[in-house]
Amino acid sequence: MIKRFWTIFIARNKEFFRDRASFGWNLIFPFILIGGFSFIFQNEANPTYKFGLIHDPQIKGVSSNHTFSSFETLPMIESIPFDHQEDAFDRLQHHKIDIVVNVDATPFKYWINQSSPNGKIAEIIFLNHLVNPTEFQNMATKNTVQGREIRYVDWVFPGIISMNLMFSSLFGVGFVIVRYRKNGVLKRFKATPLSPFEYITAQIFSRLFVLLFNLSCIMALCFWLFDLHCVGRYLDFILFYILGCFCIISLGFLLAARTCSEEFANGIINLITWPIMLLSEIWFSLEGAPQWIKTLALCFPLSHVTDGLRRIFNEGDGLLDLPFQIGMLFMMTLVFLSLGVFLFKWGED
Amino acid sequence: MAKTNPIWTQMNSKPIIEVKELVKTYQTIVAVNCISFDVPHNICLGLLGPNGAGKTTTIEIIEGILRPTSGDVLYKGAKRTKKFREEIGIQFQSTELLSFLTVRESLITFKNLYQRSLPLDYLIDICRLEDILNQDNRKLSGGQKQRLLLAIALANDPELIILDEPTTGLDPQSRRYLWDIISNIKSQGKTIILTTHYMEEAQILCDDIIIMDKGSIIAQGAPNFLLNEQNQGVTISLPKSSVTNSPSPFVDPSFIDHPKWKVFVKPNSYDIQTLYVNDCLNALLQFNIPLAQMTMRSQNLEDLFIKLTGNKLQ
Repeated sequence: MIKRFWTIFIARNKEFFRDRASFGWNLIFPFILIGGFSFIFQNEANPTYKFGLIHDPQIKGVSSNHTFSSFETLPMIESIPFDHQEDAFDRLQHHKIDIVVNVDATPFKYWINQSSPNGKIAEIIFLNHLVNPTEFQNMATKNTVQGREIRYVDWVFPGIISMNLMFSSLFGVGFVIVRYRKNGVLKRFKATPLSPFEYITAQIFSRLFVLLFNLSCIMALCFWLFDLHCVGRYLDFILFYILGCFCIISLGFLLAARTCSEEFANGIINLITWPIMLLSEIWFSLEGAPQWIKTLALCFPLSHVTDGLRRIFNEGDGLLDLPFQIGMLFMMTLVFLSLGVFLFKWGED
Repeated sequence: MAKTNPIWTQMNSKPIIEVKELVKTYQTIVAVNCISFDVPHNICLGLLGPNGAGKTTTIEIIEGILRPTSGDVLYKGAKRTKKFREEIGIQFQSTELLSFLTVRESLITFKNLYQRSLPLDYLIDICRLEDILNQDNRKLSGGQKQRLLLAIALANDPELIILDEPTTGLDPQSRRYLWDIISNIKSQGKTIILTTHYMEEAQILCDDIIIMDKGSIIAQGAPNFLLNEQNQGVTISLPKSSVTNSPSPFVDPSFIDHPKWKVFVKPNSYDIQTLYVNDCLNALLQFNIPLAQMTMRSQNLEDLFIKLTGNKLQ
């Protein structure tokens, strides 16, 4: 049994490491994402709201409203001058800018698109800036939180690691098994003494090995380039990652348990990965989202993987601090794997 | 169904495979329709039939790849256990192998899945793989790939080898190359079940054949036995270009409906099947047909097959 397991484990690893396109993409993709987001968010004051500025033709050249000059220097906005009012309105209608302000009119005139959420925020920023901030000093005082600053790259790193885990497991295991079933490789194995259990465990451990190899490379590179630091124990991070791998790989097996159609498998995997990715707090927090979305997110294994990795990486939690996440992942792994083995077919009947 | 050749009962040992009343249906389609046969030790059994006859379904049930709707398959007189997979070698009709592995690595991978296996060098030698050992198995030609798949089928030194159309799609040279290898394996006393579309292949390699059509067995026995049993004499063939006389015998009812022969009109020739060669030739001469371009051959398996199934094989 061990000999057969080892044979398949080695053969599958050779396949993966010799497939340069797949291997390179698995390694480079998360690194590009982390690098890209680190670069984009390194400056917190990136312009977010686009203000279209127009001049009143009747009083052209006269303006120089002092209040508005200081407004233009706000870091949250990007000013876009327009020569013609119609052009500015056209852009506003098509959501290309968030607000239009006639800076020469007294009082100022502004227009927003009622269907644009950004427009409403831009309006608040605009109106807020017309008031002198010192008038609020007695009504509210400003404070900042203490402790280590968590940069966006620190926050997003565990998320991207878990996203890479998901894609690599679902497509690298699920999709590959469907392809093997379709072209008869699995049927060929069925004609040997290899059992489904031996085959499946060899595949799981092979993918786990590949994922750990990838994780090591990505961590080494990112730690060096982006000065990342894991607040918790590295061993806890790795062990929790391994548990996440088992869970998602098992899901991959379940999705690939029966079908012979690559197109169908591709559709199913895409159908599952997108909601998982969007609701697992990889890119943004679900804080403030409706309760039903938060509850739905708990059904996705990647939510627990991302949450656990983030808490170890950024908050310094240990495995003992994550009983809920570990319990959920164990339970899901058990369900996915049992169903996967039960439903598994070598070929078409 | 044609009668069974006595060779089946001449062998003393228990059959290695017993197929008992096998049925396989797919919804409303009956792929295999209650067939039974035995495979004695140390013979090469050919399963012949047109596309869709049920050959592959039958052998995939024997291999344990498909489950029968009803009926049973016994291996050495008993139900097939895990030991069965250890002792048989299979070459499927179409199989891909693990990508990015060389021929050598593919062989080693499959060898290691068995408790017992033949030495690698022996497999390389018997299937003539020396020159392609380090080649990526995705880049093999059709013939090379079939040789590798045959080597994989032999990796565990099987007692029973099942080959599903091993030469389909190969060029004549590669086909003959593979026949040599299979003959060599056969000479070592292995039992082989072979499906094929090629009558020449069956005549060269098989000790016994089963002809299937529409899921049923329509003839069974040694090739020569079946040919003798179904003997229809010889086939006289005349090119159409040589029959220019008027009146032509091939429009004359007294010739074409003659009870001593059967006339088949082919695109370029007239074929006459008869046991009464002299009578037939005399009749043709009476119509002043020049016989200089005539060819005559004895009946072969293909003729037998066409007679039994009405289907033309490759």
